[in-house]
Order: sequence, then structure tokens, then C-alpha cells
Amino acid sequence: MKAQILSNLSLAFLWMAFTGNWSGSGFIIGYLIGAAFVMLLRPFWSAPLYLSRVWAVLRLIGIFIKELIVSSFAVIRYILTPRLAIQPGIFAYHTELKSDWEVTLLSCLICLTPGTLTLEVSEDGDTLYIHAMNIEDVSLHAEQIRNSFEKAIKEVTR
Amino acid sequence: MAVISGISEWVIALLVLLGAVLSFLSAIGLVRLPDIYLRSHAATKGATLGVLCILSGAFLYLMLFLDILSVKLLLGIVFVFITSPVAGHLNGRAAYRSGVPLWEKSVQDDLRRDLNKEISKE
Repeated sequence: MKAQILSNLSLAFLWMAFTGNWSGSGFIIGYLIGAAFVMLLRPFWSAPLYLSRVWAVLRLIGIFIKELIVSSFAVIRYILTPRLAIQPGIFAYHTELKSDWEVTLLSCLICLTPGTLTLEVSEDGDTLYIHAMNIEDVSLHAEQIRNSFEKAIKEVTR
Repeated sequence: MAVISGISEWVIALLVLLGAVLSFLSAIGLVRLPDIYLRSHAATKGATLGVLCILSGAFLYLMLFLDILSVKLLLGIVFVFITSPVAGHLNGRAAYRSGVPLWEKSVQDDLRRDLNKEISKE
């Protein structure tokens, strides 16, 4: 992973040195050629290609923006209805993510999607306590989180 | 070129207006909602989304009409995005730990159950 990025960068600088073109366009051309070489050397890397990791990060951002827009409309509807027809509550969500980084990222994403707020992470770091604005269907909330965010985060970190 | 600048004007105006409306809605939520946790929902999300829309509108305006690529605005967007969920989480956690009650119509509370378990173990 790190070795791949470093070799790609050094190939880009090598290309700039060969052509004597030290501008931004020279760097971009060199970087693309370096990426082609990194792909050609695929059998020699132990780790998977780092470009797939970049793609996974972009997908996570896309999923996040989609969830953000959809759930904000739901919350705006709750706020504007004349009587508060909501049933708030706190539910425990068991996560399969292991490292501190993954759990932090997941809880930040949950905090940012309207309608859910992370209140507490348990000592062992595998249960999140989430305050939901409308808890009519806990399993639905949990499934949604599991299918969208957790999957995408796993693709990024593993 | 005139068509492009016309379209981008509309997009920028809509972005800034949407951001203002979202901030206004979150202010309404702050007034209306009954307990700390629900108000914290409104404050965290409304501020984030509203500020995000307004800043991206300003960024596009500078880029398309004044030819300035403002990296400061992009960094501002990133920082708001990183810090606001943590602030919301810490407010909620501190309130819960110091015993602020939930709204009486709340349905379930798994955290109380597990915290009591912890205390009884000790």
C-alpha cells in the first residue's frame, strides 16, 4: 500500500527528470505512466492495488452524501409537523468493526446523518449507543447502518 | 459562455438559499424540540448542512466569477465536517453522564440498562 504510492510518486519524479519538464502537467503525465507501471507489476505486490482503495474511499463519500440528503428531509418533516409525532429512544448497536479508527469513523458518520446521534461507545469498543429521533423500527435503523456505512468502511480499511 | 454563467448563477443562488433555509429550520428545531438530545440533533445537523451549502456556494462564486480558487473555503468545509459530529457526540455524552433525563415520551433506553450493569459489577 504505502510502497505502491511511494514507487508511483518516485516514478513520476523520474519521468520529470527524464523529460526536464518540471511543471504540473509533467508531473501528472509522469504519475499516470507510473500508475500504469504499478499496475503492470501487479503480481509482485503482496497487497492489493492501492487504486482500488482510492475508489472505495470515493464510494464511501458518495454513500455518505446520499444518506445525508435522504435523512435530512425526514428530519425536516418531523420538525415542521404541528404535533411532534416522534418516539425518541436509545438503542444499542453491535458493530463488527475492530480498530479504533474504524469505530471513530462510523460514529462520526452516524452523528452526521440526521435522525441518529452516537451517545456512547462501550469500553470494549464493539457496542455503540445511538440516540434515534424516531425509533419506531430499531432493526430497520440498524440494518440501514450495517448495509451502507459498515460495508463501505470495511472496503476502505481491509 | 453566457448559458454556462446563467446556469451557474442559478446553482449558486440555490445553494446559498438552501443553506440559509436549512439553518433556519435547525433554529426552529432548537426552539421546538423537548429535550437536550433532540435539540442536539437539530443543532448538529442543521449547522453542518447549512454551513456546508453556504460555503460551497461561496466557493463556486469565487471560482466561476472572480477566478479565485479558494482553498481556505475547502479547508473550512472539511474542518466543519470533522469537528461538528464530535461536538454533538460530546455534548450528548456529557449530558447523559451527568443525569439529564430523556423526554418522557421516549420509548427505550438500552444505555441506562448497560450502565446499571456496569455499576452493579463494581
